[in-house]
Amino acid sequence: MSEHVGENQALNVKNKRLVAKLFGAIVLMFGFGFALVPLYDVFCEITGINGRLVNNNQEQSTLVDKSRTVRLQFTTSVAPGMPWQFKPHVNYVDVHPGESKVVKFLASNQSDANVTGQAIPSVSPGVASLYLNKTECFCFQQQILKSGESIDMGLVFFVSTEIPADIKTLTLSYTLFNVTDPDSIQAVDLQAAL
Amino acid sequence: MSTLSTAQEHDEHHDHKPKGMMRWILTTNHKDIGSMYLIFSFAMFLIGGAMAMVIRAELYQPGLQIVEPNFFNQMTTVHGLIMVFGAVMPAFTGLANWLIPMMIGAPDMALPRMNNWSFWILPMAFAILLSSLFMEGGGPNFGWTFYAPLSTTYAPDSTALFVFSVHIMGISSILGAINVVVTIINMRAPGMTYMKMPLFVWTWLITAFLLIAVMPVLAATVTMVLTDKYFATSFFSAAGGGDPVLFQHIFWFFGHPEVYIMILPSFGIISAIVPAFSRKKLFGYSSMVYATASIALLSFIVWAHHMFTTGMPVAAELFFMYCTMLISVPTGVKVFNWVATMWRGSMTFETPMLFAIAFIVLFTIGGFSGLMLAITPADFQYHDTYFVVAHFHYVLVTGAIFSIMAAAYYWLPKWTGYMYDEKLGKLHFWASLISVNVLFFPMHFLGLAGMPRRVPDYALQFADFNQLVSLGGFAFGVSQLIFLVVVIKCARGGEKAPAKPWEGAEGLEWDMPSPAPYHSHTTPPEVK
Repeated sequence: MSEHVGENQALNVKNKRLVAKLFGAIVLMFGFGFALVPLYDVFCEITGINGRLVNNNQEQSTLVDKSRTVRLQFTTSVAPGMPWQFKPHVNYVDVHPGESKVVKFLASNQSDANVTGQAIPSVSPGVASLYLNKTECFCFQQQILKSGESIDMGLVFFVSTEIPADIKTLTLSYTLFNVTDPDSIQAVDLQAAL
Repeated sequence: MSTLSTAQEHDEHHDHKPKGMMRWILTTNHKDIGSMYLIFSFAMFLIGGAMAMVIRAELYQPGLQIVEPNFFNQMTTVHGLIMVFGAVMPAFTGLANWLIPMMIGAPDMALPRMNNWSFWILPMAFAILLSSLFMEGGGPNFGWTFYAPLSTTYAPDSTALFVFSVHIMGISSILGAINVVVTIINMRAPGMTYMKMPLFVWTWLITAFLLIAVMPVLAATVTMVLTDKYFATSFFSAAGGGDPVLFQHIFWFFGHPEVYIMILPSFGIISAIVPAFSRKKLFGYSSMVYATASIALLSFIVWAHHMFTTGMPVAAELFFMYCTMLISVPTGVKVFNWVATMWRGSMTFETPMLFAIAFIVLFTIGGFSGLMLAITPADFQYHDTYFVVAHFHYVLVTGAIFSIMAAAYYWLPKWTGYMYDEKLGKLHFWASLISVNVLFFPMHFLGLAGMPRRVPDYALQFADFNQLVSLGGFAFGVSQLIFLVVVIKCARGGEKAPAKPWEGAEGLEWDMPSPAPYHSHTTPPEVK
């Protein structure tokens, strides 16, 4: 009988050890779920596959590859809750790789309040984001427009000469998000009331 | 105390169970818990099925006639959640509870009190989920895959309840999986080596590891949805530096192993039933074990085949396409082995065998449509159409559900001690087989013709096929009530079942009397 009890105790210890290991694995996998977030960002940055602009501050080549042209198309949209009009002055430009170009975007605040906006760029096809370099962009900082105000926002870019020959058209899309601090909206309302 | 016979006292102590409800609430017995899981999953199957009936009634005709689009979306969402987490997964856990201790010669599950918990939190989870349907603004309406921003920016106010219920379901599955792993690794009878375990035990062991690996990732996903919606984080919102595509990556990292969680135990069931009614040993036992393990491993590197249209680079699409196609190799090994087991066997066709054969044929059809979906360029046409709906209902209804039905018929005599009504069983089978194909087969053509999934209304040219599909759906729904009658009749009495009612059946569970005694193998059997 005592041998039986001993066996049971041994089994209990064995069970407890295994349960502890399995719980450890569960905690690890829960953490892994969250770790996927930075891993995803790093992976996309290295491979440039989700169309997010990496802007790797490449030295602008003095060489311009005049043998070919790449077309860069622009699309714009505003996120829900963003009371601005937002559009490019031109729908596309043709550039030689290595050549710098300036493009203007018109934004106007249609609401009665001061609004802060942030533009988020995205490039299609995704891999092309590795070769589109922006030397100046309104998307580098937030824009503040007073009620009814309009502004021309500039973008200076060049397409790297290393861009693969099979990419002939790039689409650069901007989405404007309303990032106004809710407190400052209140402040504006108060001022208006006064 | 010491003057009493210890063994006898031991037995008396353990056979004492509280009467009435308390017996079920307090029970730590693997058979009681197994029964509760199975009954619960059948109740969920009927509730989820009723939602499918609402969906099919609305889609019987083009135009909106019965429900609002928002309620329709809640029906598709909750139908999916209930069938996945409420019907299929608990049914498998119930079977595991009932069968694994009996099959490996253990007296009970290794962690009986945790077992009680893992069951009893499940009804709470579904009470929360179902109650959210009655909240202002409605329940979850973003599809069972709850893609952001549908589940964050545009989600109803009740989304927190959805998140918490998924958390609880996840905890329940994880506890169940831990119990299965510990039981199988530590509680096998002497001589029961790994390569002697029945395949149902093997497939469940692998399933349990999959659960432990991916259910925490699901928990992380819903937590991120929760904080994105209520606590101003931006995991999935581009405005705050996040990315909605990231949601799909994390979700499908869980989601793809999840679909194998819902099919691997089926493979174990079919591998028990086909040899029994062919009166031959299973062909290629060890190749079955290795095939199951390789399917489980491959399931971790195919998730992005759900996302071909998100604009991935071609190299990634090719990688996921080839990995996905690779899965058909171990799956093909399994189908080959089952057919080879039947080859020249002296086969009989009782209800469990009928369901098993239907499983092999229809699951393979679902596998083939999966192979079609894996082809990246073709997927651009199939994506989010009824073709996908047809595909996953073939693998989940005629796959997972049919195997659960087969298992229920096969082991019912062992559970209840009575034979089920064979005539009614066959009626259930044929009614299900015909109606399920009328229900799901035309969906392939609807999808190829371009009918999108998750819509309450559709273009006129889809009307005839949708009518046919709905009629098949109603017939399939009614057919399942026959199963309810069979089980109730069988539990109440009938022809006494012998210890081994199936001539060709193998396994330790058939050495025990029918019905199986409250405590399995109180002295461990010797396995040679």
